[in-house]
Amino acid sequence: MTAVGVETAGVDLTAVRGPGGVRTRGRRRLPRALHPGAWWLWAAGLAIAASRTTNPLLLVLIVAVAGYVVSARRSQAPWARSFGFFLKLGLVVIAIRVLFQAIVAAPIGTTILVTLPSFTLPEIMAGVRLGGPITAESLIAALYDGMRLATILICIGAANSLASPARLLKAVPSALYEFGLSIVIAVTFAPQLVTDLDRIRSARRLRGRAIGGLRGTAGSALPVLEGALERSITLAAAMDSRGYGRQAHRSRMVRRTTGAALLGALVMVVIGTYALLDASAPAALGLPLLATGFILGGIGFALAGRRSIRTRYRPDPWTWPEWGVTPCALATAGIVVAASVQGVSGLIAPVDPIAWPTVPAVAVLAILISALPAVITPPVPDSARGSRT
Amino acid sequence: MVDFASVTVTYSGAVQPTLLDVNLQIDEGELVLVVGETGSGKTTLLRAINGLVPHFTGGTLAGRVTVAGRDTSTHRPRDLADVVGVVPQDPLSSFVTDTVEEELAYGMECLGILPDVMRRRVEETLDLLGLADVRNRPLLSLSGGQRQRVAIGAVLTSHPRVLVLDEPTSALDPGAAEEVLSTLQRLVHDLGITVILAEHRLERVLEYADRVVHVPGAGRPVIVGSPQDIMATSPVAPPVVRLGRLAGWSPLPMSVRDARRRAPALRERLHPPAGARGNVRSPSPPSLDSGRDCVISIDRTRASYGHVPALRGITLDIAQGEVIALMGRNGAGKSTLLSTLVGLRRPDAGTVRIDGVDPATMTGPRLIGRIGLVPQDSSDLLTRDSVAEECTDADRDAGMPHGSTQDLLARIAPEISAQTHPRDLSEGQRLALALSVVLVASPLVLLLDEPTRGLDYPTKERLSALLRDLAASGHAIVIATHDVELAAETATRVVVLADGEIVADGPTAHVVIGSPLFAPQVAKILATADGGDVPLTVAAVRDLLAVSG
Repeated sequence: MTAVGVETAGVDLTAVRGPGGVRTRGRRRLPRALHPGAWWLWAAGLAIAASRTTNPLLLVLIVAVAGYVVSARRSQAPWARSFGFFLKLGLVVIAIRVLFQAIVAAPIGTTILVTLPSFTLPEIMAGVRLGGPITAESLIAALYDGMRLATILICIGAANSLASPARLLKAVPSALYEFGLSIVIAVTFAPQLVTDLDRIRSARRLRGRAIGGLRGTAGSALPVLEGALERSITLAAAMDSRGYGRQAHRSRMVRRTTGAALLGALVMVVIGTYALLDASAPAALGLPLLATGFILGGIGFALAGRRSIRTRYRPDPWTWPEWGVTPCALATAGIVVAASVQGVSGLIAPVDPIAWPTVPAVAVLAILISALPAVITPPVPDSARGSRT
Repeated sequence: MVDFASVTVTYSGAVQPTLLDVNLQIDEGELVLVVGETGSGKTTLLRAINGLVPHFTGGTLAGRVTVAGRDTSTHRPRDLADVVGVVPQDPLSSFVTDTVEEELAYGMECLGILPDVMRRRVEETLDLLGLADVRNRPLLSLSGGQRQRVAIGAVLTSHPRVLVLDEPTSALDPGAAEEVLSTLQRLVHDLGITVILAEHRLERVLEYADRVVHVPGAGRPVIVGSPQDIMATSPVAPPVVRLGRLAGWSPLPMSVRDARRRAPALRERLHPPAGARGNVRSPSPPSLDSGRDCVISIDRTRASYGHVPALRGITLDIAQGEVIALMGRNGAGKSTLLSTLVGLRRPDAGTVRIDGVDPATMTGPRLIGRIGLVPQDSSDLLTRDSVAEECTDADRDAGMPHGSTQDLLARIAPEISAQTHPRDLSEGQRLALALSVVLVASPLVLLLDEPTRGLDYPTKERLSALLRDLAASGHAIVIATHDVELAAETATRVVVLADGEIVADGPTAHVVIGSPLFAPQVAKILATADGGDVPLTVAAVRDLLAVSG
């Protein structure tokens, strides 16, 4: 293919991708993936809103909004299927929270449902009381609290399925890139471990040994770890051969300035934070020191980033759809937080006595704003749907 | 382009050097093939080219390796990334990113290439390697051949002048291997890239090589020469060369095409008008009514992964003494069928019976006394720190007297020392140990998944002989393999799977003769116009010649 053909291919491809569902009429939006930062911001807005309420109706609404946007804008990549997993994880969280409330925590309210045999742990273990009466009020409170935790988790899951952590990595500053990459690789190794465990357990069966039980698990653990170690060495060799870790030459002056700036920033941020929190410290010390620390830190990061010669392939642009998502996230989080600070009734559901929670209209409106990204963002490119050929 | 000047590599703790005094000069635009037995130091030689040996692996390297004028003692692998591209053995474990396009760009990002240049090179490489259709696909969803091409493309985008590949086709079915090799040849011819590759399956690559480097191992000197010169004496040689040696052809043929031109006289000798026809070596498959028992019976079995069907109604009966080669492209359902046979998977529909019992209901000694599977990675079976401990464990698992496994191992591979760690064994030795561990329970049925991956020709020949002996003593054997030569040497019957269905089932000769993908080299060379029976292996030809005098 000639150079000219290649240049035009970049433009044309978006229009010819996929057999069906291509919009070419008029000025319809071209399908493209949204900047991962925008999705994580959107999810953070919903998560902050969730953290400020225990009203089950509002929490369900948040999950519904998140689910709606995910179903409208996720690709067919493997990580995009993780939303279902996070939903199940949320249910597990709720179950654990309720169970612990029933067994460990002190009951609130008076409506006793059932009384378990109770005993108090010895003084040495803080004298915790186990068992005892279980009240409807405490169970409901635990349920609401568990739902709140689960909702926050599901918001993270939504961001994860809309933009994988690996895609977010492309957007981090270059000084943090290597650190970020090691985290992403660690995350992607987890599913591989599950596959390995499966293989080793099959092999145990082939030798006629027990798969389950303590002995079976112990016998599988070592080979799985060995496999993970071997794979990481292979990957490290491959990355080294492909140029990972090449560094630009920097003068000694620049190296020293970078070190000094980062160290100074750290000291200033620590002292500044301490001064802000400690009432006895002079008030004029805290904020300015903290601000200087952050500025110095920024300079240090910028200098450190120059060490890396990395360039970025097709960085995700931040244009009007991303700018459109930003206010949605800010509005959802801002309105709910403001309402909670103002003490708007209905955000905290009544548990003692139990009553049907009222739904504050302002919070509903705030959460519904975050459903807008399902419409205002560009559609997912068809070819990312990845059908097997 | 690549210069080795009296290079000696010694790994720490090793008694003798892995490579001794290697002198080698590779020019621009050459395709150099590195051959040798397993564990002879081929991978070490390849890894020394971009400095992974010794920068990454440790050990000491005496002498000097220079690539495009850069000395590897002063340049780390990352500093050579723009001149040497290394494609490792298992592409999947070396991928850094999630999707094809990002993987192609990763190396360039590390080198700091400008964004518009990167974009252009990615588009060019997608077209060059025929990957444009899958550009946005997750790497995990690709087929084996596609993965290998992505791994090649991922290093090509950095525009290296040397491409180093370690067994690029060993995990691929014949079709996918051809796909990868024709890509490589195109790179050499069109772009003048120097390609250095190590491979065990010489029958696939020999015809493309300009020069061959034979690494004999055990500290003996490395021999470099033209393919004809090296193949005249090399102990590792593909069937086409061995047939050439047998027939006394000179110069030796390197490809089926070469050999066919010289073959008319040999064909005449093998097929005298009134002479005995047929394949002398391979016994005709025992038929079910000849009194043999049917030990595996699979009836309309279906299995699937999620919504993806893996087996769509397989019906197959296998009798004692049969050796079945299960063939078909990657993902055709071979491994699924094997795991269904040992009861690791329950079929969605249909029945599977081993000796009349459903394998999924068996565990422990009852299972391993009936059926044994050597998985693709035979080290999965081995968990202990020494060969001796492994053997003791196997005796206990099978309920056999102490020392049974050790005796068996001594018959299969007498050279293995009992104190060795299983990981330190060569591929062939590890397979021998895994086989002994499985065979000690004397299972009626023996299953092998890709047993010849990474095996050299002498080891493969020993494996074939062992499997034929086992079959003769009444075991039923099923081998899932891409290796057409192994199938020709060992199997009495070939079953070809495609998309989870049986598309061919019959005696080896009937299935493979005339198939462009599954025919072994000897059959391709000796094939007659009327499609009649021809010998499949060099040994069969030798026997026929002995008979006809």
